[in-house]
Amino acid sequence: MSRTITIKALKYNPNSKVSKPHVAEYKLEETDGMTLFVALSKIRETMDPDLSFDFVCRAGICGSCGMMVNGKPALACRTLTKNYESGVLELFPMPAFKLIKDLSVDTGNWMNDMSKRVESWIHTNEEVDFSKLEKPIEPEVAQEVFELDRCIECGICVAACGTKLMRPNFVGAVGLNRVARFELDPHDNRTIEDYYELVGDDDGIFGCMSLLACEDNCPKHLPLQSKIAYMRRKLVSLR
Amino acid sequence: MSELIEGFLGKSIEGRKSRLPAKLDYLQSATGLFLGLFMWGHMFFVSSILISKDFMYAVARFFEGSFIFEEPKPGLVSIVVAVVFLIFIVHAALGMRKLPANFRQWQVYRTHMKMMSHEDTTLWFIQAITGFAMFFMGSAHLFLMLTQPSTIGPFGSGDRMVFMWPFYLLLLLAVEFHGGIGLYRLSVKWGWFEGENAKQTRATLKKVKWAITVFFLALGTLTLVAYLKIGLENIDQNRVGQKYAPTTQIHEIYQAKVRA
Ligand code: HEM
Ligand code: SF4
Ligand code: FES
Repeated sequence: MSRTITIKALKYNPNSKVSKPHVAEYKLEETDGMTLFVALSKIRETMDPDLSFDFVCRAGICGSCGMMVNGKPALACRTLTKNYESGVLELFPMPAFKLIKDLSVDTGNWMNDMSKRVESWIHTNEEVDFSKLEKPIEPEVAQEVFELDRCIECGICVAACGTKLMRPNFVGAVGLNRVARFELDPHDNRTIEDYYELVGDDDGIFGCMSLLACEDNCPKHLPLQSKIAYMRRKLVSLR
Repeated sequence: MSELIEGFLGKSIEGRKSRLPAKLDYLQSATGLFLGLFMWGHMFFVSSILISKDFMYAVARFFEGSFIFEEPKPGLVSIVVAVVFLIFIVHAALGMRKLPANFRQWQVYRTHMKMMSHEDTTLWFIQAITGFAMFFMGSAHLFLMLTQPSTIGPFGSGDRMVFMWPFYLLLLLAVEFHGGIGLYRLSVKWGWFEGENAKQTRATLKKVKWAITVFFLALGTLTLVAYLKIGLENIDQNRVGQKYAPTTQIHEIYQAKVRA
């Protein structure tokens, strides 16, 4: 049985002098297995060509479609409209990121800065010889590292974080998870001292107030709570 | 000179980040843990009134050194209070760093909290509000206990409740919510009891937290009512301000008289 759903979306262009922030309302027929991606595309095609939002993969892989759905951050391409019983979905752009227009925010540059900030690459003095086989690594360790590598940089953990919203310089769960990922990786020769230099302050690990909305909203179900606690224990135990 | 450089740059003269933020985070938790656990013990002591006046009297005398001295020494209570007060002040000073510091921070957190309706985000706000309230209420209570330890007893505390019960009811709510949430947060913050399944453990911890909060709120309210009842009885019987004399003591006096 199909029903009519209501999509409300914040419309605002911060770069325009005449644009006033307001919530636009669209009504459309729900189709089978409709995702927010499908609904928004339909709205853009048939009702409002001016509505801005981001999508790339439509499969929960690229991490570009995060937005606030009825107050909670989610990947729009993985959000089924039928799960919203009231049939009303109120969409806001994710806070904490630079608003481009309407539902579109700039997570890319933020993630770039974050990667540089936590030096998100393998630090080693070893020369890698590509003609040789890679050094073996314990399967369990590799598994653990890959687990944390599943992050798609969607920014949902950042938008969910009350600490980050109050204190814009906070690295956020995605950054702390990244540090934990390299700390676990035996290819990386950095020590705890080195990681302390990156996140050992109140904008880093000690700024986290353990609200755990990151953990509860991460679409990839990364173990953010455990990894942040782990890094906190490590960094606090330094002399 | 190195202190000047470190203060100026936020880096030590070796070019390293200060270790102080780590120590402060640790201290925040350590003082919180102490206060949280202390409040459990504290509740059991004051609720001794629910067993009997004599028992509460004995507990109060114990803290005045009845195990060593013949005469009660309320000064001993003052010393304990002073130590707790000090830890309380350190904890409050550290907690202050986390509170919203301007209107925009307040506004953004409130909006976020209402939008998300995420339990732990809301609980933090309750912790912040109750913490702020305790700046005043906790200080007032501790100051009273610091300066008038000899008034602690079945009658003295009962008399106090007659005019101060609204204050103590609010303080009870603040302490139990703040401390309960705080101890839960400590566990998830440091990964205590995490085990194999952190999500499962967290759900269990949350249940335990609520159970503890309800338990202490119930015990606290009963205790408050018990003291209030004594206070009102004291008014009825015209003995406001009198010191409680335990039954055994009355018994001894009686016996002495009989013997004489
Ligand atoms: C003036 C009084 C107080 C203030 C202003 C205050 C403030 C705070 C704040 C803001 C936090 C959150 C810290 C964070 O998010 O990292 C906190 C944590 C905590 N508080 Fe208090 N608090 C006070 C008194 C108390 C008392 C009396 C207790 C005992 C019942 C207590 C127990 C705790 C615990 C266990 C924590 C968790 C520690 C942590 O997160 O590291 N606090 N306090
Ligand atoms: S940790 Fe999770 S929520 Fe955060 S950016 Fe990565 S995938 Fe998204
Ligand atoms: S469009 Fe790629 S994750 Fe949604």
